Amino acid sequence: MSFQLNINGKTHDVDIEPETPLLWVIRDSVGLTGTKFGCGIAQCGACTVHIDGKAVKSCSVNAATAVGRKVTTIEGLSTDGQHPLQVAWIEHTVPQCGYCQSGQIMAAAALLAKSPKPSDREIDSAMAGNICRCGTYSEIRAAIKTAANIG
Amino acid sequence: MTKMDISRRTFIHTAAAAGGGMILGFSIPGISPALARSVMPEGWKDPAGGVEISAWLTIDTDGTVTVRVPHTEMGQGALTSVAMFIAEELDVPWKDVKAVFASANRHITQGEEYVNMSTYGSNLVRNRHPHILQAGASARERLKEAAALQWGVARSAVTAKQGVLSAGANKGTYGEFASAAAAVSLAEEPKAKEYLDWWLLGTDVPRMDVDIKTDGSAIYPIDVVVPGMVYASVMSCPVPNGRLKSYDFDVIKNRPGVIQAVALTQVKDKLGTSDQMSGIAVVADTFYRAKTALELMPVEWDLGEGVSLSTESMEAEAQGLLGMDAEHVEEVRGDPRPVLAASDKIVTADYQRPTESHVTMEPAAAVVSITKDRVDVWSKTQTVQGTLMLVADQLGRPPGDIFVHGTSQGGGFGFGSAHPAPRQAAEIAQAVGRPVKVIWTREEDLAQARTRPPVWGRFTAALGSDGLPTAMLARTVGSSRKPDFADRVIVDQHYQVPNYRFERHAIKSHLPVGYNRAPGANSNGFLIEQFADEMALAGGWDPLDWRIKMTEGNERWQRVLAKMKEVCGYSNDLPKGRGMGVAVVEAHNATVGACATVEVTKRGNLYIEKIHIVSNTGYVINPRNAHEQNFSSVVWELSHALTGGLDIKGGSITNGNLDKYALMRMPEAPVVESSWAMSHDGWWGGFGETAAPPTPPAVANAIFAATGKRVRSTPMIKHDLSWS
Repeated sequence: MSFQLNINGKTHDVDIEPETPLLWVIRDSVGLTGTKFGCGIAQCGACTVHIDGKAVKSCSVNAATAVGRKVTTIEGLSTDGQHPLQVAWIEHTVPQCGYCQSGQIMAAAALLAKSPKPSDREIDSAMAGNICRCGTYSEIRAAIKTAANIG
Repeated sequence: MTKMDISRRTFIHTAAAAGGGMILGFSIPGISPALARSVMPEGWKDPAGGVEISAWLTIDTDGTVTVRVPHTEMGQGALTSVAMFIAEELDVPWKDVKAVFASANRHITQGEEYVNMSTYGSNLVRNRHPHILQAGASARERLKEAAALQWGVARSAVTAKQGVLSAGANKGTYGEFASAAAAVSLAEEPKAKEYLDWWLLGTDVPRMDVDIKTDGSAIYPIDVVVPGMVYASVMSCPVPNGRLKSYDFDVIKNRPGVIQAVALTQVKDKLGTSDQMSGIAVVADTFYRAKTALELMPVEWDLGEGVSLSTESMEAEAQGLLGMDAEHVEEVRGDPRPVLAASDKIVTADYQRPTESHVTMEPAAAVVSITKDRVDVWSKTQTVQGTLMLVADQLGRPPGDIFVHGTSQGGGFGFGSAHPAPRQAAEIAQAVGRPVKVIWTREEDLAQARTRPPVWGRFTAALGSDGLPTAMLARTVGSSRKPDFADRVIVDQHYQVPNYRFERHAIKSHLPVGYNRAPGANSNGFLIEQFADEMALAGGWDPLDWRIKMTEGNERWQRVLAKMKEVCGYSNDLPKGRGMGVAVVEAHNATVGACATVEVTKRGNLYIEKIHIVSNTGYVINPRNAHEQNFSSVVWELSHALTGGLDIKGGSITNGNLDKYALMRMPEAPVVESSWAMSHDGWWGGFGETAAPPTPPAVANAIFAATGKRVRSTPMIKHDLSWS
């Protein structure tokens, strides 16, 4: 089936079964590989993207449900890699293996959009769905606070 | 059980500086990543330009030095560590240094120029530094020689500093002399610097590949795309060593995009720790189509002899063995048995840790592209050299035809040392005649774990009139697939018990074993370091003072323990419900202590507030990265200790996916601090995994201090910690 998806402000024609998870359409059909596959069952958060500004685990959303909505991936978070979270991530050298970090940043960006000065409890709750096997949680928290100017 | 209390949290930003080390070269917020980029997203692509001084580095006319890194970057800082060693000796401004992955093909075909391209066992800094420093020093001296020849002065009159060569009024940049230096050969290679002369090593240097991991541009094996590529989803026999009996491709062949099914043959690989299991692959034009079709295809297995194994059968066999004399015996210091038999003060305890897996964030992926002239490979790996040989073996081609490209790796933790994915990709690519990307599902990753085997231990000690042990018998049970893992840090424990005997059994298991971050030490530290506390407390000793007493004369341990006493604020006398615990484990040439602070509510909720790590690795070349490896190791090992444990039923690992193998998440992560207690004695240890082993026993000892309850097995979540 043929349909159109708006990803990072661009319209993409996609010809695939509509029940295909958005994750694989983003990666294999559209060719944006910054969004990662980690578990396929919405447990790890490596695939986190925004749909209409809300953080969504793209492995567990059918591509067809994103039709007519705005999808943002890590590649579209900023034009120059200078989103305050990206800058803070670099300052705190957050990523180690880095594989989960696109998802971490997208989850954090949705949090800050909703709550510009989040409490620790809000950070915990927004980020608990994103696993980092390198254990960079303390630095993720610190970087979110730096980006939110609540260091 | 593990709950959060936000109000008690504090966060550290630069704890790496706590125990020393200058702060220098901190990253500059706001600088454009494009300008600062030190590593390209496709990390294997050699940048254009630059004169090759040696296999290790090129120098551009503008002074840019590009270091070729033979080791794998899996987040532990390999790129940065190798580049720092080279820059230290070359003496160039750090901002001018870039890094690229070195070519395994060149290494194999041109006399192993990089000595060793594998990356495991916290080896890079501790064992590879001499030849990497040497390569930097050699390049520097050749630049000096080139300048000396042009200026008509002795090489000893030329200084090389921060990218500039000078002798009297003569001055030139490394870039200007690069071509001439490339032609110089030295009669005698220079010696590497002493640690007191370091200007870059020992300082806080941000890792070089951070920016490409914040914008989605870093390329991992799973991201690689080559023209004409198709995708394969694979499933090996759910009982390892079983065989594929039949499959019915007709059922799925008309599904969209489906191309072919390929039977995977069981092959003994050349790396020794893992086999490619008998299995089946479905190939399609997208991964999701391949995965779905494989799930729908009828497959029959001959499950083999492993089916009788279960968590319960392993436990029953191990419990039986713990009560029996073992065949594998090491009489480390005499025979404790007569002393134990005659003693009236005996301490004894049993401990256990279950099977675990790596679960790297990136499920394994491998891309193989075969042409008449060459084979290109991008794969999960921790040894591009080993992967090259494995693909050559699979395809029956000369190693010189194979090009394995270095990429970012979505975690390693040991699984990359011998992963079957590249062999599968090679077999499938050859069968379908097109480039193939194999991706493992998370279910396959767990089912086909190259496991960290379970371990059981029974320790018995006699205490003398001073409360110190006079004799000790340690008996462990490991897995038949890698029995000596059950020896590590126990047979060679550092407490000087006068009569000490070690015995080891093994249960029979068909589950393949892999190297898993601090193998052996990761599980066994929990056994021996809790028993140390049990002996100390039974003898009326403070556990930290007991360790100081029992390692008298051992400089490395004394240094760590003295530092712990100084910086950790350890006390074994806190109000009930709060507790501190210590543990020290020496592995991978590193003596590392952990001090845990916990709170346990009356209802049994556990809060791990802080883990303070004190490391003696001899030297620390990048305190900032060392601290990052410490908190990474702490979270890693607490994941297993708190909620881990694989379930085995009918010979298979049955956890399925991450919903049934819980890993630590942000709300549970403790604060981690790092301090250094370096001996600087010519003995080098590693940081990649060494903070992991002492952490769970420190937590268990802290829980005992808080509640009076001993947690002698993991996952801790299964224990009732309530108290009144």
